[in-house]
Amino acid sequence: MGMASSRLVDRMTEILGPEGVISEREQLRAYECDGLMNYRVIPEIVVLPETAEHVQRIVRYCHDEGIPFVARGSGTGLSGGALPVESGVLIVLSRMRRILEVDIPNQRVVVEPGVINIWVSQAVADEGYYYAPDPASQIVSSIGGNLAENSGGVHCLKYGFTTNHVMGAEVVLPDGTMVNIGGGKAPDAPGYELLGAFVGSEGTLGIATKITLRVVRKPASVKTLLAAFKDTEEAGDAVSGIIGSGIVPAAIEMMDSLCIEAVETAVHPGFPQAGAVLIVELDGPEAEVSSQFDQTIEICEKANASEIRIAQDDEERALFWKGRKAAFAAMGRIANDYYVQDAVVPRTELGATLKRISELGSEYGMRVANVFHAGDGNLHPLVLYDNDVPGEAEKAEDLAGEIVMTCLEHGGSLTGEHGIGRDKMKYMPKMFTTEDMDTMQLLRCAFDPHHICNPGKVFPTPRLCGEKPGPFHMHPVQKAGLAENF
Amino acid sequence: MDTRTNNVSLGDLQGIVGEANAREANGSDEIDGVRPSFVAEPGSVEELSALMRFANDEGLAVAPRGGGTSSSLGNPPRELDLIVSTARMNEVIEHVPGDQVVRVQTGIRFQDLQERLAGSDQMLGVDPPERAAGATVGGIVAANSSGPRRHRYGTIRDLIIGVTVVLPDGTVAKAGGKVVKNVAGYDLGKLFTGSLGTLGVIATANFRLHPRPEAARTVAVELGDSAAAGQAAQAIMHSQLVPSAVELHWGEGHGLLTVLLEGITPAAEAQAEEAEFLLKGFGETRTLSDEEVDDLGPYAPPGSPGSGEEVALKIAFPPAELTGVLDSTLGACSRRGLDAPRITGQAGIGVLYVGLSGGDEDARVSVTEELREIWVRRGGSVVVRGAPLSFKRRVETWGRWAPGSSSPAA
Ligand SMILES: Cc1cc2nc3c(=O)[nH]c(=O)nc-3n(C[C@H](O)[C@H](O)[C@H](O)COP(=O)(O)OP(=O)(O)OC[C@H]3O[C@@H](n4cnc5c(N)ncnc54)[C@H](O)[C@@H]3O)c2cc1C
Repeated sequence: MGMASSRLVDRMTEILGPEGVISEREQLRAYECDGLMNYRVIPEIVVLPETAEHVQRIVRYCHDEGIPFVARGSGTGLSGGALPVESGVLIVLSRMRRILEVDIPNQRVVVEPGVINIWVSQAVADEGYYYAPDPASQIVSSIGGNLAENSGGVHCLKYGFTTNHVMGAEVVLPDGTMVNIGGGKAPDAPGYELLGAFVGSEGTLGIATKITLRVVRKPASVKTLLAAFKDTEEAGDAVSGIIGSGIVPAAIEMMDSLCIEAVETAVHPGFPQAGAVLIVELDGPEAEVSSQFDQTIEICEKANASEIRIAQDDEERALFWKGRKAAFAAMGRIANDYYVQDAVVPRTELGATLKRISELGSEYGMRVANVFHAGDGNLHPLVLYDNDVPGEAEKAEDLAGEIVMTCLEHGGSLTGEHGIGRDKMKYMPKMFTTEDMDTMQLLRCAFDPHHICNPGKVFPTPRLCGEKPGPFHMHPVQKAGLAENF
Repeated sequence: MDTRTNNVSLGDLQGIVGEANAREANGSDEIDGVRPSFVAEPGSVEELSALMRFANDEGLAVAPRGGGTSSSLGNPPRELDLIVSTARMNEVIEHVPGDQVVRVQTGIRFQDLQERLAGSDQMLGVDPPERAAGATVGGIVAANSSGPRRHRYGTIRDLIIGVTVVLPDGTVAKAGGKVVKNVAGYDLGKLFTGSLGTLGVIATANFRLHPRPEAARTVAVELGDSAAAGQAAQAIMHSQLVPSAVELHWGEGHGLLTVLLEGITPAAEAQAEEAEFLLKGFGETRTLSDEEVDDLGPYAPPGSPGSGEEVALKIAFPPAELTGVLDSTLGACSRRGLDAPRITGQAGIGVLYVGLSGGDEDARVSVTEELREIWVRRGGSVVVRGAPLSFKRRVETWGRWAPGSSSPAA
């Protein structure tokens, strides 16, 4: 790899000072991948801006010189969204960590993009508020990354995803222009709904430098139960029963036996030994929660729950959630390696899809653990494998691919929350037609005509803007031999 | 006549959508005084695509139309040759109650859809007032119309999960899907929300649904002044109540704040009791009867057809500034000699619809500009939703907004 051109280093040092620039190969290695470690690229240079103006100056320079750049928050993304570009600049936002304003009367918090998700809830907890989207990575992932991925969490079933809670953003566009999109404190900004398109655009339309979030009042009452079932099918019946009865739970999460085993070994939440467990949480006004909670218990009993535990206090509730949120990491206890899949099916297709996943696991002779957001049909099959066994990693990826295809066949989506990133570009044509993707590209080209903002992500056949649809053009990453063909 | 339509005959359009489904336009098809030449009603996405491609090839200016209730939103059309009506595309494509998702052709009337969904005890969680006048689902998406229940359920942009759009060149493209959680590709459904037909025609749309609440109670508090209005709204906002709507209705010199509480019966009742308790410090409270609720709503907000106001504004503002919005609006109207304005809107969200009447046009222009000056500076916006053409020619519809913001749409 060529050393970062000294001009680039000089210019970045001029903007950020030496402590804001990393150009030594050994140090650059720390940034070669995000949470998805299958793909690694060492960037030309890493820069650590401290202000929006820094970001603007960096991006403007990249634009003027035609240098590609990639934004990175905490690097916990699971689809390779923050994978660097070899000849490009990686803009790491982790030094932009100020909470700029807490405005309780308007129920808003204004933050810099590097602020960690949980800090927002902590900043308003004393006032009886919290920030609703709660990805399992909430103690490390950044608000900027959450915005870019439109991250979900266990409580999004009732309260919506990141996109329903971001009210405005200051954005540095790929040409270095700084704009405000969305209303911020006031709703309904006139003009196009650019904010809705920007949230979830995986860092391809610009860099958010200031974000206005909506915070919500803590519920009057919260009740949580854990129910054990013979298998995921019976647990699935309970899920359908609850949703079908008109209850909108704050969360319904399911874990299968393999997952329970791993979590028990890792964090000892004391889960019952069962084929599947459900964690169901209801929150809201007292009278509603207590009546619907009783109804939920009844539904679980009717679905043959072998055991129902009710959290007696916040501590026990936290223990249930600790078990759930540790699920991915806990896989390390029962397998050397695992591949996290993220896909969605319509809720009524859950049973059939799980059955097919288990068949696929047998066909491949591999173990698949399931932990998922059952309420909104968002599956996270974890394919377990051993990297030391030659060929296993590839086999695991193939199996994960078949699983996502199964979800599509059942009317679902390639990803519910982890994004397309680098990882799932190759599957995009399975879900979208060329016309669909070309139309999305129109939006991308409007924001980033020179294709320098997180290039090589989301779309498998990126066309240069203004180019007529036609045969595929090799992407620079591929040309450089860094990525196999799709 | 517009020269471009000279090359196009009615027969060309009938060739695409069928003889019965294209006609010469008449006075009722005008948008802000601009009369198109033709109206065509495609019956499928394929016909719609062919029609758009034809219009594009012939250089015709197109305006999509659903129920036609909000056609005059935005600036008057610069030119207009063809209205593409979605009236014949009015099917429910798929509704699986267990998924709480519905897919529709967008020409379906909102009320018809809502009735259908009620059969499964479900609903689409928006209640824009235009629904009573025959608004279609597509029109509601394109105009991003909302009503009182946005307090709880958000606006249609929060509920739309997938779209098929037909671009001006006839390209058919979809985004999103039929699952409630999905981050594959760009969220074009949101981009098209509120785009007023300027990006293309929304042909089908998929929505997340909610269970229909079993019971509803409305608690009202009489408000003597604007300060009480602001305080009462804040008291509800920061409580642990989960209202479906928090509406302000302001008449001459006093107002009413209504809080709608929905859910299972005991919960709606318990919440109503708590709301009365919270509100009684701000004025006389009572629970409204069904008839009283009907009288208040679905009310015709200022600017809706037949509401009688000359000029209808929508003021969006940080919700904690409710008192300031009321004061500035009432003050400006009285200083410029207008009638006391009629004001309704979502107090807990920060949206008020203001109907200006009385006085002369100069005065109404001045009031609009004065309010814009104040509320744009304070992070909000003042949009002209309905006004005579003469007024629209003098006052930019969308107004300026905060410096550095993206630029206006239609
Ligand atoms: C253990 C674990 C559990 C997880 N659980 C969940 C979960 O429950 N739900 C869920 O949704 N995700 C989950 N994730 C995935 C991940 O945490 C989220 O995608 C998160 O939002 C990424 O945030 P980040 O700060 O780490 O972003 P990064 O990984 O650094 O970046 C993610 C993407 O955002 C872009 N980006 C970053 N900052 C900005 C900015 N300021 N402006 C524009 N673009 C930007 C990047 O270019 C990249 O494309 C989990 C990950 C792990 C490792």
